[in-house]
Amino acid sequence: MADTASTAEGTANGSSDDSHDDTKRDFLLYSTIAVGAAGTVMAAWPFIDIMNPSKDVLALASTELDISSVEEGQSITAIWRGKPIFVRRRTAKEIETAQATELKDLPDPEADKDRVKKSQWLVMIGVCTHLGCIPLGQKSGDTKGEFGGWFCPCHGSHYDTSGRIRKGPAPKNLPIPPYKFIDDTNILIG
Amino acid sequence: MSTPTWKNPIVQWVDHRLPIVTFLDHAIVKYPTPRNLNYWWNFGSLAGLILVIMIGTGIILAMSYTPHTSMAFDSVERIMRDVNYGWLIRYLHMNGGSMFFIAVYIHIFRGMYYGSYKEPRELLWIIGIFIFFAMMSTAFLGYVLPWGQMSFWGATVITNLFSIIPFFGESIVQWLWGGFSIDNPTLNKFYSLHYLMPFVIFALVFVHLWALHTHKSSNPLGIEVKGDEDEIPFHPYYTAKDAYGVGLFLIFFLGFTFFAPNFFGEPDNYIEANPLVTPTHIVPEWYFLPFYAILRAVPDNFVDVWGILPVIISAKAAGVIAMFASILLLLVLPWLDTSKVRSAKFRPTYFWLFWLFVIDTIILGFMGAKPAEGTFLLIGRLATAYYFLHLVIFIPLVGKFEKTKPLPESISAAVTAGGSDAKEGS
Repeated sequence: MADTASTAEGTANGSSDDSHDDTKRDFLLYSTIAVGAAGTVMAAWPFIDIMNPSKDVLALASTELDISSVEEGQSITAIWRGKPIFVRRRTAKEIETAQATELKDLPDPEADKDRVKKSQWLVMIGVCTHLGCIPLGQKSGDTKGEFGGWFCPCHGSHYDTSGRIRKGPAPKNLPIPPYKFIDDTNILIG
Repeated sequence: MSTPTWKNPIVQWVDHRLPIVTFLDHAIVKYPTPRNLNYWWNFGSLAGLILVIMIGTGIILAMSYTPHTSMAFDSVERIMRDVNYGWLIRYLHMNGGSMFFIAVYIHIFRGMYYGSYKEPRELLWIIGIFIFFAMMSTAFLGYVLPWGQMSFWGATVITNLFSIIPFFGESIVQWLWGGFSIDNPTLNKFYSLHYLMPFVIFALVFVHLWALHTHKSSNPLGIEVKGDEDEIPFHPYYTAKDAYGVGLFLIFFLGFTFFAPNFFGEPDNYIEANPLVTPTHIVPEWYFLPFYAILRAVPDNFVDVWGILPVIISAKAAGVIAMFASILLLLVLPWLDTSKVRSAKFRPTYFWLFWLFVIDTIILGFMGAKPAEGTFLLIGRLATAYYFLHLVIFIPLVGKFEKTKPLPESISAAVTAGGSDAKEGS
């Protein structure tokens, strides 16, 4: 039907043969489909992007923290972007153990010096890299796992005194957030 | 089909313009049904009833619930204490979720035992698995809403499963959260989707029934209907049989609702969500436990042992893949099963395999509730291995080598007195 109609029209115009007309129609068809598809994708984007973190959520991206009251061997937990930040003032023994660990013993090899800005202060995101639980080890009574650092109760991941994964299902070390020392007793996270 | 005429002039007037009465007459009154369906065939309609109960109670709960992190927990407690009959509606909704899964698990196992998924009902089965999927996501989303500790940490663990997706994982998780952790945007989103999903399920159930009514119900003998003598109209025999089942079910359901309303729940979910404290044992609701056991069963060094794309697939990814595979494999069950005989009644080897599979999933469920260590982990791993062995190896092989028992001539011959196989019917 369509073919007949287009031929008739083409003949009436006296301008083209069938194949030429078909090519023209194919071009119109495919370019319409392409433009329509691109338009649909662009129209869909706002509906997808609306679920991404909003501006007010992004605005709360940095936290200042006073660490003057933390004694040696103590830890505090702060909140940054809704996640706990572990700040530990490590003992000399903990630092020594962390530094003495050979890189080949680590599932996610990383030297202790690359994980701290001042060796006494360990600042990490306290979220287990397995499935996002909060490891134990911040409070003095907590179980600290087989390597004296942190232990995730959910699926049994053990972290050492540098927050590095040593045993269990977690694939990576506890991540280090972007932070800097404003002065000796204050740090800015984010 | 010709449109019948109805005696009642109003019915006739409506039916002439919108043949809804005719449709219902065909679907649930005259609908020809195999005469030998036993009580295991009650669970489909029962699941449908529970869906309606869940939508009804859910819409009422939504009238008093507040989806905000600072108010959600308190609004649920207010429903429990101050809202008239709020406790009843919430306990019905809470236990209704468990009832839904009990009914659907029995329904799925019935399909497996009697081979209901075989030609020409493969698509009917597949739509059913989609419904099961949709139910699982609805249940997960709904469990987050009371904003207790298990809500929060369950949601954290499950959403983090998506972080294993190569390259985009992290952005997808942030997109799901609408932030950098489970927080208010997540709760809002989950509430919206939890309200949506039951209607998606409702639509899928409609398609499920459409497929069912195309080739009609299978039956305990697993042989095709040969003629009118093998069938009876759905009403009144099966409407009565279903109604009797509903009565028994309501005793069971309301028994829990009134006398042990928190039996299926976790006490930790009556503690308000705290992003800084993880509960010692994060345990999903009971109906997810077998899959949770599979998730945790894959060894840490799985990738090293098998050497599969270690860059992309970490150990945690292998666990997630195993978990999703355990459900996705069910989609292809109609093709994994090579036996032409449907019912386990005539398949002596498959009969035992089926029950071993049921026991295996129950063991997985128990292991999912235990901490993943020591003997529990070992049993969990063996049970996981058996789960996949059953589906991928045993099911295809047994169909090829099994010597099946002779099938009866027809349903009526098997179930009527004097028939060749009188005892076999229900």
